[in-house]
Amino acid sequence: MSTLSIENISMRFDLPNGGHVQALKDVSLEIKTGELMSVLGPSGCGKTTLLNIVAGFLAPTEGRIMLNDHLVTGPDAERGMVFQQGALFEWMSVRDNVSFGPRMAGKREKEWAETVDHLLDVVGLQDFKEKAVYELSGGMQQRVALARCLANDPDVILMDEPLGALDALTREKMQGLVLKLWKETGKTIILITHSVEEALLLGERLLVMAPRPGRIHKEYRLPFADDGVGKDLREVKKNPEFGQKREEILSMIWDMEEEIMGRTEEASA
Amino acid sequence: MIILFIYTAIFVAAFFIVRMGVSKFRQMQDFTSLKTVTFGDESAVRPDRWASVISVVTIFLLWGAFTGSKWVPVHAPGPFVGETEFTYTMEAPDGARDDATVYARVFNVGQDAEVPEVDPGEGFAKNDAIKVGAWRSELLIMDKNDDVKRKEGARIVAIDGQPIAPGESVRVADGQVALTGKGSINFSPAKGMQMEPIWLPAPEAVVARVGEIASEGYQNFTLWQHLFWSLFRVIVGFIIGAAVGIPLGYAMGLSDWFRGWFDPIVEFMRPVPPLALIPLVIIWAGIGESGKIILLFLAALWIMTISARAGVSGVAISKVHAAYSLGASKWQLMRHVIMPNSLPEIFTGARVAMGVCWGTVVAAELVAAEKGAGMMVMVASRFQNTDIVIMGIILIGIIGYGIDILMRKAEAWLVPWKGRI
Repeated sequence: MSTLSIENISMRFDLPNGGHVQALKDVSLEIKTGELMSVLGPSGCGKTTLLNIVAGFLAPTEGRIMLNDHLVTGPDAERGMVFQQGALFEWMSVRDNVSFGPRMAGKREKEWAETVDHLLDVVGLQDFKEKAVYELSGGMQQRVALARCLANDPDVILMDEPLGALDALTREKMQGLVLKLWKETGKTIILITHSVEEALLLGERLLVMAPRPGRIHKEYRLPFADDGVGKDLREVKKNPEFGQKREEILSMIWDMEEEIMGRTEEASA
Repeated sequence: MIILFIYTAIFVAAFFIVRMGVSKFRQMQDFTSLKTVTFGDESAVRPDRWASVISVVTIFLLWGAFTGSKWVPVHAPGPFVGETEFTYTMEAPDGARDDATVYARVFNVGQDAEVPEVDPGEGFAKNDAIKVGAWRSELLIMDKNDDVKRKEGARIVAIDGQPIAPGESVRVADGQVALTGKGSINFSPAKGMQMEPIWLPAPEAVVARVGEIASEGYQNFTLWQHLFWSLFRVIVGFIIGAAVGIPLGYAMGLSDWFRGWFDPIVEFMRPVPPLALIPLVIIWAGIGESGKIILLFLAALWIMTISARAGVSGVAISKVHAAYSLGASKWQLMRHVIMPNSLPEIFTGARVAMGVCWGTVVAAELVAAEKGAGMMVMVASRFQNTDIVIMGIILIGIIGYGIDILMRKAEAWLVPWKGRI
C-alpha cells in the first residue's frame, strides 16, 4: 500500500524588511491510500502553504514529501487539485474542461470519452456538457472542477476550500457528493476547510493546525465520514457526539485566535 | 451664435415632442423600464434612438440650411444677388453738392456678369455702374467719370443721404458702403447668413464630389485607391506590429530576463506619440510605403506588447496551477491556458491600436504622401477644394468607426467569455 508521507516539513521565508516568516515548522504526517483527511485551523496557520507544498507549487525549506516512494519536486498529474473558485478554463466547454487532463496526456478521444461521460453523469452535468462554463452556476462549476480532477485519475486529490464560495444549501449537497466520490473512487483526499462542520462531516481524519509557527496541533479520527456516505448529512449532524466534537474544536480554534489577537495587541502596545 | 441657438432649440423641442408623442407607443416593459431610480443608475441610461436619429438629421438640416442646399426646404437668408443701387453725394471745393447713383449688379461667383449700362445723368457727379460677386466687395473709383475729381478737392459727404467720412461705413438697401481712407467707395453686398461654398460647401456638392472622385479620381488616384492605400498601410502596419508585439508581450510576461530587458524600452516608447516619430521616419525611410508601414508598426507595437503582457499577468494563478496539476507541459499551458486567457486583453489592445494606427496614417499622409485619404484632404485644402476636404473627413470618420465596429464584432465572436468570469 502506497502512502503520502509528509516528512519534517518546515517553511521559512525572508521578508523584504529583513524579518522572516515561519509559515510551517516540522510538520510530519502519513496519509494512507484512500484516506480522507480534513485540515482545519485559524487563518495564518499554514494549511494552504502545506497543501501547496504537497501539490508541488512550493518548495519547502526543510523536509520532503514522498508519494509512492518517490520524491515530490513539482506539480504532477498524480496529485490533482480542486480550487476554491473552480479555476476552470472559460474558453472550453464543460466537456473540454473535464477531458483536459487526458487530452494533455495525448490520449485520443475514444480513450477518455467513456470516463468523461461517466464522470459527467456522476456529477449530474450530462445535460450541460456542451455548455460554456461561464454559463453555469457556482455549484455546477465546482462539480466540473471535481470531475476534471477525477478524469485525470490522480493518486491524491488536494482540495483547497473547494466549497467555501458556495451558498449553504449547495454546499450541503456538494459535501454529499464529495463523500460519494471518495467512497466510489477510493482516492486519497486532503481537504482544507474553514468550516468545522464540514471538516467533521467529511474528514475520516481531522487535523487541527496552530499558527505561528504553523504546526499540527491535534489530530482526530472520526466516524462521521463513513456514517455519512449515501445518507442525509443532516442526520449525521444530529449525532450528540458530532455536536460535542464540534464544540470542542470550535473552542480550540477560538482560543488560538484569541491568543493571536492578544499577541498582536502586545506587539502593538 | 444663431446656429448654436437653433441647435439648442431643436434639441429641446425634439426632446419634448418625442417624450409627449412617441413614448406613448413604447409599451415594452422590460426590467429596466420598470426601474424608478434612473437618475444616477448608469445601467438604466440607454441611448434614446429617436434622439440619435434626430441628432444626425439636425446636423444635416443645419448644414443644408446654412449652405443653401437644394435638398433642404428651409434656408437661412442667402447673400444678396441681383440689381441694386445707392446714391452718393459729392461736394465740390466750392461747396456745391450733387448726387449720383451707383448701379450695382451682384452676381454669383463663377457665373458671367456684365457691368450694367447707365445714363451718366445730370450734374458734375455722374452715375456709375459696377458688378460685384456675392460675398465679395468691390472698390469704385467714382470720380473717374465725374467733372470734379478728388484731386481737385471733391469729396463724398453722404451715401443715400446718410453723412459719411473717409474710414466710415453706412448701410444701404442691399449691403454696406464704406469710404476708404482716400475717399473712394467700397461696396459690399449683403452677405446673408449662409456660408460661402469655399468655407462650407452644400451637402450635395460634397456628395457630387464623392461620385466624381470615385469615377475620375483626384491627384492620379481614385477615391477608392486613396482609401484602399490608407487602409492597406494600417492593416499591414498593425499586423506586423501585432506579430512582433504579442510574442514580445508574452515573453515579457513569462521571463524575468525579457521583462527586465524590454521594460525600459517599452515604458519609454509607450508615451511617445506616434505622430512625433513622423519626422524621423521620413528622414530614415522617406515618404513611400515603407516609411508609413514602419510608423504604423511602431504605433501598434507598444500597444500590442503591453496588452499581451497584461494578458499574461491577468491569468489567475489557480488556472496555471490547475493546468500543471492536470499534467500540462509548459508548451501546453501556453497554448491552452495563457493564450486563450489573454485574448480579451489582446482584443482590447487591438482595438486601441487600430484606432491609433488609423489616426496616425491620416496624420502621416497629411505630412507627406503620394496617395491616401490624408494626402487627398491635404492637397484639396491647398487648392481650397473644401468639398473634397469635408468629404475626406467624413469618409475618414466612417472608416474609423467601421474598424471599431468590426473589431467589436470579432471580439464578441472570438472571446464570448469576456466580462463574464
